Amino acid sequence: MRILVIEDDAEAANYLAKAFGEAGHAVDVASDGLQGYAMAQEGAYQVLIVDRMLPKLDGLSLIGGLRQQKVGTPVLILSALGQVDDRVKGLRAGGDDYLAKPYAFSELLARVEILARRKSLDSGEATVYRVGPLELDRLAHKLTRSGRDIVLQPREFRLLEYLMKNAGQVVTRTMLLEQVWDYHFDPQTNVIDVHISRLRSKIDKGSDAPLLHTIRGSGYMIRDNPR
Amino acid sequence: MTILGKLFRTTAFKLSLAYLVVFAVGASLVLGGVAWSVNSLLNAQIGQTVDAEITGLAEQYESGGIRHLVDIIERRTRQPGSSLYLVTNFAGQSLAGNVATLPSGVIDHPGLVETPYQRQNDASPNHLALARIFLLPGGFRLLVGRDLEERENLRSVMIHALFTSLIWLVLIGLLGGLFFALRVLRRVDAMNATAKTIMAGDLSGRLPMAGTGDELDRLAQNLNAMLERIGELMAGLREVSDNIAHDLRTPLTRLRNEAEHALRSAETADGYRDALHKIIEEADGLIDVFNALLMIARAEAGTDPEGMVECDAAMAMRDVAELYEPVAEEARVALHISGESGLTVQASRELLCQALANLLDNALKHGAGGPLLHAGQATAEHGVVSMAVKRVGDSVELTVADHGPGVPPEDRSRVQERFVRLEDARSRPGSGLGLSLAAAIARLHGGRIRLEDNEPGLRVTLVLPAARPPVKMPERSTLSSVGSPALLEHGRPQ
Repeated sequence: MRILVIEDDAEAANYLAKAFGEAGHAVDVASDGLQGYAMAQEGAYQVLIVDRMLPKLDGLSLIGGLRQQKVGTPVLILSALGQVDDRVKGLRAGGDDYLAKPYAFSELLARVEILARRKSLDSGEATVYRVGPLELDRLAHKLTRSGRDIVLQPREFRLLEYLMKNAGQVVTRTMLLEQVWDYHFDPQTNVIDVHISRLRSKIDKGSDAPLLHTIRGSGYMIRDNPR
Repeated sequence: MTILGKLFRTTAFKLSLAYLVVFAVGASLVLGGVAWSVNSLLNAQIGQTVDAEITGLAEQYESGGIRHLVDIIERRTRQPGSSLYLVTNFAGQSLAGNVATLPSGVIDHPGLVETPYQRQNDASPNHLALARIFLLPGGFRLLVGRDLEERENLRSVMIHALFTSLIWLVLIGLLGGLFFALRVLRRVDAMNATAKTIMAGDLSGRLPMAGTGDELDRLAQNLNAMLERIGELMAGLREVSDNIAHDLRTPLTRLRNEAEHALRSAETADGYRDALHKIIEEADGLIDVFNALLMIARAEAGTDPEGMVECDAAMAMRDVAELYEPVAEEARVALHISGESGLTVQASRELLCQALANLLDNALKHGAGGPLLHAGQATAEHGVVSMAVKRVGDSVELTVADHGPGVPPEDRSRVQERFVRLEDARSRPGSGLGLSLAAAIARLHGGRIRLEDNEPGLRVTLVLPAARPPVKMPERSTLSSVGSPALLEHGRPQ
């Protein structure tokens, strides 16, 4: 995946380039808003990572300009401003996701990978998600594993739906909290872990091939077992 | 600047001057107007008297001829306070009357005329008369007039009055202006002096008040209230920075120790990895504390967050309860939710839910320790946490109540402060910011937080102003969409 990082702090940009490189992605770095704007318009990037406070052209104006030029590349905004209304402003300006500094790299990586994949999924979302023997029908609100019905509560259904939509991708706790519960604060207790373990007990119970995996230090992933 | 220069520049003095000019012009206009109307009234009266006499005399002349007229006039001139009379022939030679001299030519032009004259047997010059000259048939001329001395006297009295009153007005106005300016200046100078000591860093100073309740007093009162608030904020800031220093130092020290320890004694890659994991954990904890502090600061600064909408209080409570329900179940705590639906508050959903989440988190962590005290309750559970929404007056009250050890009354306001953790809670995880964050969020929404004894346990109530009058509900509906039925008995425990 090709990623453009628009960040004026050279050290932070280098760190991102190295870390994404280790995760197998190619990173270009732009050190100010104007350069970033030009590169984003020309280059074929799957994801842009934009700092909000940039020299020459600030992040939000940059995104607004790109969106006006019909550049639809998914944008993740990285910012030191992390309050609710800052996030709202960022998303309103045309950003697709918002992450406040300081962040965990695993969180950033998971979000970037999901953003990049979402682009290719956008053309018509499937009504039925399948992961191995698991089949989730979004319209009928039905879940089966190997043809056997599994009853889920509404929130558990939405949780699984989000995991299955991003099957094979790491999904972090924060992402689940944002996407499934629409909360952007951090509940001090690990509530998500308990929800996941309850969901796991319903879908993986009695199976020797679990589908819902915990990715240590990052979050969760649902994936079919490699045979 | 000299005292006088300062005095002349005061608003009070300038205002006095402006009023002075306005009053002077006004007084002149009024007095001038009165003088003018009195003058014309007198003129009209004199004119009428003169006209009436002329008509009478002309009739006498017509009936009795010139000799009869002369007789009458001579008789009239002898009466005291008589009018002025003069009868001449066509050449202007006097035949009868009490007018000695007249400017030449006056007698030749009939009509009303104001003219100087001299009376017979009167040496004083410069008399003025209003007279009418009438041509009698046969070329005789008849002049009848009245002396204008009275009118002139009146006029000079008026002019005198006008000038003396103007002089007094200016004098008193100037002195009064100076007096008030001085008074105001003295008070403002005192205020400025206090302000300077405050600016120099002594926040305990307060502006002096005269106790008159005037606008300066009210200004001083408000400024004093402002100073009070600033003082509180400063004290709060100092306290917070002390607390931050203390509470961030502890995890920072741990973080540093961890790193040092790893450098010194870790030998394998796994040892380093473990140390780094611990360091990241500590860093994450620090970030959480930091975020909570920022949020509190922001809420206390009173900046109105974007996205205040009408929120259904019961819905927010149900959402949060739903988020924590598996945790509660794992801790074997029953969550009870009850209350009226349809109660709305003007709030940021995010912040409202965060406050509720903090309260519920606290209740589950600290309030669900002991076994159930009530015999009738299911014995498999360790505790009950009750959440309720109800409307009280103009407020919506969201309550989270537990049956734990509770908080002693003397500590109830203290636990709302930042970083305050009661002794027996220090061993359990937490930053000590949850309740103060909830309190800050309540204040941001124009509400407050209330801590009460739940006998036993703690009952925390989020009191928020209701968004609108209650919707009439036919019955109290009970909310229950969370959890398995076994976990959720409706209503409060008996």
